[in-house]
Amino acid sequence: MPDTIALRVDGRAVDISAGSTVLAAVAIAGQQSCRRSVSGESRGPLCGMGICFECRVTIDGVQHRRACQMLCAPGMEVRTDG
Amino acid sequence: MAEHRGEVVVIGAGPAGIAAAERAAAYGRSVIVLDDNPEVGGQIWRGERERLTRGDVRWILGARVVDVVGERALLVEGTGGGAERVVFEHLVLATGARERFLPFPGWTLPGVTGAGGLQAMVKGGLPIEGKRVVIAGSGPLLLAVAAYLRGRGARIAYIAEQAPWRRLAGFSLHLLCSVEKLRQALALRVALAGVPYAASTWPLAAEGEGNLERAVLRTSRGTVRIGCDYLACGFGLVPNLELARLLNCDVRDGFVAVDEHQRTSCAGIFAAGEVTGIGGLDLSLLEGEIAGCAAAGHESDAHRLVAQRPAARRFASALAEAFALRGELKALPDAQTIVCRCEDVTYERLAEHTTSRSAKLHTRCGMGPCQGRVCGAAAEFLFGWTSDYARPPVFPTRIATLTAYHEVTT
Ligand SMILES: Cc1cc2nc3c(=O)[nH]c(=O)nc-3n(C[C@H](O)[C@H](O)[C@H](O)COP(=O)(O)OP(=O)(O)OC[C@H]3O[C@@H](n4cnc5c(N)ncnc54)[C@H](O)[C@@H]3O)c2cc1C
Ligand code: FES
Repeated sequence: MPDTIALRVDGRAVDISAGSTVLAAVAIAGQQSCRRSVSGESRGPLCGMGICFECRVTIDGVQHRRACQMLCAPGMEVRTDG
Repeated sequence: MAEHRGEVVVIGAGPAGIAAAERAAAYGRSVIVLDDNPEVGGQIWRGERERLTRGDVRWILGARVVDVVGERALLVEGTGGGAERVVFEHLVLATGARERFLPFPGWTLPGVTGAGGLQAMVKGGLPIEGKRVVIAGSGPLLLAVAAYLRGRGARIAYIAEQAPWRRLAGFSLHLLCSVEKLRQALALRVALAGVPYAASTWPLAAEGEGNLERAVLRTSRGTVRIGCDYLACGFGLVPNLELARLLNCDVRDGFVAVDEHQRTSCAGIFAAGEVTGIGGLDLSLLEGEIAGCAAAGHESDAHRLVAQRPAARRFASALAEAFALRGELKALPDAQTIVCRCEDVTYERLAEHTTSRSAKLHTRCGMGPCQGRVCGAAAEFLFGWTSDYARPPVFPTRIATLTAYHEVTT
């Protein structure tokens, strides 16, 4: 595996070390929030362990992926909605 | 749909699950461990592969157990979306615990996180160097997290422990009974030298425009406001009971009930680690070993280990007593504070109800994707509501997973 992985978050290029989560990539892209709540509040990650679902983002067109549970892969396209 | 078979199947690759798997494998059993994280280690050893020392064990990671299908089979969904069936002869539930989060005004602002939660994020690569962090809530986890984050370059601005000094002093006496625990406590003291730590202190609000800017804390000397990038809060741990409930294992006093060999009320199903009680690493490891022996049919070896348990259990009850949550925390949310973050249900709307069932039916509290994992533990504390209900699938599951199973069975 290469040491760093290149991916995009909201169109921004991010280089990140292999083994990092998508959540880390979102933070490196300068984004504190991941999604909008049902009443429109912007929300960021809470539990870091896959149970709260606050870190949901769209990865390669698939919605509702939990960023804290997904590892970065080369060429990923991540979209937040915060 | 792919199918795997194991004589011993373990759910959870934390300390308890690892210990159980390695023991059972040492007796020559075919062992499979399932965990929904992309790496082994559970909460405390997240991603530390070097913890896996011995044994011929099959680790299936990024695999969420979502349902129980038939007598002795589990439905598992992979991170990539694929579905698998795992058939077991003996099952060890080592699903661990999660943090309890309590609502207060502003706790939904981005930047307010769990305490262990923020640690997990940093272990996953979140940059923390130079960030100002306030840590609040209760329990020794706050200190472990503070030391870890400081070691990674965070500036720990404050640690707010809700328990009173009197209780903490009693707990420190317990540490004197164990050389190892005392050593850990002293190491934490050194690691956290100069960091303000206050008892009888808790968060009143998180403030900021769009993102967190300040934590507002109640201290014995009045209200203080502290600028920070993260407010990391954890009010103790609660067990992950969903699968145990689905399997109809008895739950007593909020934890999976087990006998001295970690057997649950269901034949062939064992439970170990923090699903059976919050007792820290040593107790989780010991219970895992006992369960591993017993699940492999080596009861006499299990029995030999049981003698070590009372000391570990004493520490667990000292923990529970010292860090019991104070009643004042029930008054933290105001009428407009959101309690259910999935469905944005406010405190005021929940307070109209007398049971979690009624609240669920009328407000959708607990009906969102977290299935009550966050608001359930909060509502239990705030309103005294308990829920003994687990609905399959225990995690939101892709339609494809459910239909893949359906094709197999029809
Ligand atoms: C967020 C957090 C951080 C912590 N950090 C520390 C620390 O720094 N220091 C310390 O001393 N203690 C820490 N603790 C306490 C620590 O978790 C326990 O002392 C001990 O690790 C418990 O071990 P366990 O094996 O019982 O459970 P865990 O380590 O919690 O392992 C359980 C595993 O089961 C998995 N799981 C649960 N349900 C399913 C399912 N349906 N399908 C698949 N997998 C599932 C979980 O993802 C998890 O990996 C932390 C606890 C939490 C919640
Ligand atoms: S932060 Fe809670 S699920 Fe990802």
